[in-house]
Amino acid sequence: MSNRSGQAHQLRVGDRPLIKYTLIGITLLLTILLLVVPLISIFQQALVEGVGHYFASLLEGDTLHAIGLTLFVALLTVPINLVFGVMLAWSVTRFEFPGRKLLMTLMDIPFAVSPVVAGLLYLLLYGNNGWIGSWLYDQDIQLMFAWPGIVMVTVFVTCPFVARELIPLMQQQGREDEEAAVILGASGWQLFRRVTLPNIKWALIYGVILTNARAVGEFGAVSVVSGNIRGETNTLPLHVQLQYEDYQAAAAFASASLLALIALITLLFKAYIEWRQEKLMHHESDQEKQVAK
Amino acid sequence: MATHLSAAQARPKHKRVLPGLGLSLGTSLLFISLIMLLPMTGLIMQSVDMGWDEYWYVITNERVVASYKVTLWAAFFASIFNGLFGLLLAWVLVRYEFPGRRVLDALVDLPFALPTAVAGITLATLYSQNGWYGDLLASLGIKVAYTPVGIILAMAFTSIPFVVRTVQPVLEELSPEEEEAGMTLGASDWAVFRRVIFPALWPALMTGIALSFTRSLGEFGAVIFIAGNMPYVSEITSLMIFVSLQEFDFPAASAIASVVLMASLVLLFAINVWQARYLRRLHGR
Repeated sequence: MSNRSGQAHQLRVGDRPLIKYTLIGITLLLTILLLVVPLISIFQQALVEGVGHYFASLLEGDTLHAIGLTLFVALLTVPINLVFGVMLAWSVTRFEFPGRKLLMTLMDIPFAVSPVVAGLLYLLLYGNNGWIGSWLYDQDIQLMFAWPGIVMVTVFVTCPFVARELIPLMQQQGREDEEAAVILGASGWQLFRRVTLPNIKWALIYGVILTNARAVGEFGAVSVVSGNIRGETNTLPLHVQLQYEDYQAAAAFASASLLALIALITLLFKAYIEWRQEKLMHHESDQEKQVAK
Repeated sequence: MATHLSAAQARPKHKRVLPGLGLSLGTSLLFISLIMLLPMTGLIMQSVDMGWDEYWYVITNERVVASYKVTLWAAFFASIFNGLFGLLLAWVLVRYEFPGRRVLDALVDLPFALPTAVAGITLATLYSQNGWYGDLLASLGIKVAYTPVGIILAMAFTSIPFVVRTVQPVLEELSPEEEEAGMTLGASDWAVFRRVIFPALWPALMTGIALSFTRSLGEFGAVIFIAGNMPYVSEITSLMIFVSLQEFDFPAASAIASVVLMASLVLLFAINVWQARYLRRLHGR
């Protein structure tokens, strides 16, 4: 795609073999040192005391509970942010209205705000001293230091991801297809399901997977509102910290290896989508060439 | 600002045929108000409650000021490193075909997908004295773990993708004509890069560096394990907030957090305005 191999080959910057292979070499070396080795070392450290120990530490009660709580939080967070992401992407790519740019900037707040600050914001509002929290306290509702608080901050931290994946794609695709469908009499839901959804399907799935990866792995914000109660409000990343600070390094890395596995699956899926898209584009351009003939 | 921009770019009047403006915009606004804006009221009330003198005392406390310096410098060096490494990665990914290119492209996103706490304990273990790297570096007399260098390393790790992903699309769309003309005229690779390619890339590069810097300022999970968290030396500001919270000193935590929050919001808006400007210049020609 990037190398226009069809054209007569003219020399471009950095095409000389010496420069090319030096740059590739440096990049690969740095990537291996900075990314690949750390990734491998997670699994190496997890297995350092043997496979038996690895599984035993994963099957321990508190670890299992942490895994369960983490999945539960992700299960609640992802659908909420899926709906929000689609709604936001639809409104900013399909309509012009005053404040549209401002809305897109506001959407990015969770990216810019430190997770610890995010957790604190929720703690101050919904904690027992907050103006909503004190009212909730009177109603005997406890959100902070319990799972609802963990879900709330996780929603905050991960809410831009779906919209971020959808907006560039939907902007690029334009609104012609959808406008045609409306003129042909499609209802709102038919329009979304039959026209929009097939076009954005892969970006949407990737957005969901990325949201999931971040929801499962959120640490700073969750550690502020969780209260770190072992076997109760400990998510998997917090459990990793507890084990690590308890000098149970192998157990900490065993828990961490599960999170690393989710990260790897996320990357694999993204690579698959990109590979698929490139193939689709090649296919289309081949067809165009044949038509031209 | 935003209304001004959209008025300037107004397309030829277009009759609205698509449904769902009310529903989608309404949901988005409600969500943003409830999830992002409402929680800020708690922080504002808490800070106002304190009174100016106490607020000023807390945010200019010596140990806190030291943490600002550590955080800013570490984020600065981390984002400069990522500017260089990210530019190199983007260049190699866009310009060259080689075995493993797709794997490399996928790996770039690893720091986004990997939980920060996992990155934290992994880096701390690798660079500690018994770790693979720490062992090697110790024999050279270099100490990374539990020093400010470790903080830079952790910040750089978590924000690698920003520069790559902002520079990559611009590099892909660069038209080859000027570049080839320069090369045909016999200019050196470096001269053509500096005169032709770099001017086209640098807005994207700056955006990427700024994003990387913003992310690094707020980084917590990856940093705390490797930093050693020594007062005045290797404490980051996020940790100061966390420590105040553990001491149930909510006013202090809020005051420090308000400084961090304002800094990140100002950066976020500045980056967005700057991006809108250079996009307009790009398309306005």
